Amino acid sequence: MAADGTIAVRDAAEITGGRANSLQRFARRRSTIAFVMTLPLLAVIVGLVAYPALFGIYLSMLNRRMTEFVGFLNYEILIESETFWNVFFQSCFFAITAVLLKALIGFWLAHMLHHIPNNKQRKWRGMLLVPWVIPPALSTLGWWWMFDPSYSSINWLLSIVSVPEVPWLGHHWWARIAIIMVNVWIGAPFFMIMYLAALKSVPEQLYEAAAIDGATSWQRLRYVTLPMMANIISITVLFSLIVTFANYDIVRVLTNGGPRDLTHVFASYAFQVGILSGNIPRGAAVSLFMLPFLAVCAFFVLRGVVRRNKEQM
Amino acid sequence: MAQVSLRKIVKAYEGGVQAVKGIDLEIDDHEFVVLVGPSGCGKSTTLRMIAGLEEITGGDIAIGGTIVNDIPPRDRDIAMVFQNYALYPHMSVYENMAFGLTLRKFPKAEIDTRVKAAAEILDITPLLDRKPKALSGGQRQRVAMGRAIVRNPKVFLFDEPLSNLDAKLRVQMRTEIKKVHQRVKTTTIYVTHDQVEAMTLADRVVVMNHGIIEQVGPPQELYHSPATKFVAGFIGSPAMNFIPARLEQASGALVLALPDGIRLNVPEARSARYAAHAGREVLFGIRPEHLTDDKPTDKANPAPLTLTPEVIEPMGMETLAHFRLDGAEISARLDPATPAEVGVPLRLIAHMDQMHLIDPTTDKVL
Ligand SMILES: Nc1ncnc2c1ncn2[C@@H]1O[C@H](COP(=O)(O)OP(=O)(O)OP(=O)(O)O)[C@@H](O)[C@H]1O
Ligand SMILES: [Mg+2]
Repeated sequence: MAADGTIAVRDAAEITGGRANSLQRFARRRSTIAFVMTLPLLAVIVGLVAYPALFGIYLSMLNRRMTEFVGFLNYEILIESETFWNVFFQSCFFAITAVLLKALIGFWLAHMLHHIPNNKQRKWRGMLLVPWVIPPALSTLGWWWMFDPSYSSINWLLSIVSVPEVPWLGHHWWARIAIIMVNVWIGAPFFMIMYLAALKSVPEQLYEAAAIDGATSWQRLRYVTLPMMANIISITVLFSLIVTFANYDIVRVLTNGGPRDLTHVFASYAFQVGILSGNIPRGAAVSLFMLPFLAVCAFFVLRGVVRRNKEQM
Repeated sequence: MAQVSLRKIVKAYEGGVQAVKGIDLEIDDHEFVVLVGPSGCGKSTTLRMIAGLEEITGGDIAIGGTIVNDIPPRDRDIAMVFQNYALYPHMSVYENMAFGLTLRKFPKAEIDTRVKAAAEILDITPLLDRKPKALSGGQRQRVAMGRAIVRNPKVFLFDEPLSNLDAKLRVQMRTEIKKVHQRVKTTTIYVTHDQVEAMTLADRVVVMNHGIIEQVGPPQELYHSPATKFVAGFIGSPAMNFIPARLEQASGALVLALPDGIRLNVPEARSARYAAHAGREVLFGIRPEHLTDDKPTDKANPAPLTLTPEVIEPMGMETLAHFRLDGAEISARLDPATPAEVGVPLRLIAHMDQMHLIDPTTDKVL
């Protein structure tokens, strides 16, 4: 393909005659060839990422009937709306709690697996990955059924140890907890598998050196394992934070935002405002609200990753 | 600083592999002991058991008089230098060296003094702020040693610390390690499979083979009076020649009958020692350096043999010649001035005062 590209450019150069020489040289430069070879990828990124993103930003600056450019009016209206701040709080509460729990549980599971001998480990690894592999809409449906007020199997289990009935999806705090539980159940295996890979890549001799240097097992975790995994941890947390902030399916299936719009997150609220209520620009504004925060977050995390890579790898 | 005692140490890995088969070893305070032997003979396993990184299947290990079998590595007060250095990649050189002291809650000022002093000894002061990634192999090696020195432990353990370095740097670091030991005098156990390292560094060398100790002794003793065929062949480079022979009694004197009708007189001084073995098949062991070209002198050659070189290797300060005698490979060290040629028979002299006889049934040196 590169050859085709350069030949085409060269032909064109010959037609223009006078500047043929410099054009030919330009076409033969490695950087030119590299650019031509990455063109398809660039086209995909522009078509599927950059254009929709910019179009989304443009949309969020239109009026409801999309006839007029209104600047940041949609955002101003959101900031003054109490419902939106509820959504904002719930999204942050949900995303931060869920990501922390997923990271902690994933780390703990990874550690447990890491200490199982390799031949037995595969079986456990496979089983623990199941929640992550099932389509979330389906597994959430299963959870929804387990939370169901009249048939809740969880409540039935709790009643055996004489814990009173929990209104899982009826009360907003319980509903928030239920959403987090499901998200953690689905997402923790991803952390587990990433951390397991990271754990396996820490050379055994570092632990031996630390043990001889006088480190207890906690200190080995604190001073060897965690710093060695810092990159994986920050990348997975960043990635998961972005994905969890954008989570839609769990809220949609489990509570549909209820009770009283108190469990909406950005994505489900954006859908409600933009599609169900027909205010597409406002919906776009909702879904874009976190973009600057996450972008700044990503910038710092990735800068840290690059710095550590340069220093240590 | 302390003595280290190994008593009947056994290590069996899962699956029944006996890596160490009951070894006894007493190491004195301040002593530099080198464990040497071929790959897989159990050197690392022994060292790791002393460090506490490997569980002991049987026997006792004592450091400074205390049995440490069930004491975890961090409480044994030892320091170890690993083959691949095992520096913490996320810590600077300073932090790497200070880590053990920090964990033991030493005051900051004390840590600083010790790290700087060790850096001085090892000549790495300008590197203290760097991360290990930004160091060369030899510099990493120094940092790993620095990490051990600052702790001022009872025992230093080294597991093939030089085998990742190139030949020139290895010689240089070898000297460096010896210098450091002369300064800090900590009891040291050093594992290597390189017998030159063993000979140059050790106060005493421990030769291991197949999980047992073949012989323990100062380098010169191992060289001059090896106890077994294995030690005789392992120590010294190029290795000792072994030639099948028959010890015969001829008119009051002992004579070695070699293949091809070669007969060598056993010196008077040795006859008492070997007399009991007269008439038996033995292995005649002689080092290449004790098999030299016969220069014309006024004295008669007491042990002449004529062999035809198959390969000649000029090394500069000497020339190695390789022969074959009835299937046995033989090498000799010649004066580089000797005009030796492949295929041309060469008259050699065997320095019989340096000879060894080995019992082929027990492989013990007689
Ligand atoms: N974890 C293990 N499980 C089973 N067998 C092992 C294990 N570690 C070592 N061995 C075996 O124990 C024997 C001694 O190993 P060791 O590492 O002590 O050898 P070594 O003398 O250090 O050799 P090298 O010079 O190659 O490092 C070897 O035969 C090895 O295969
Ligand atoms: Mg080894």
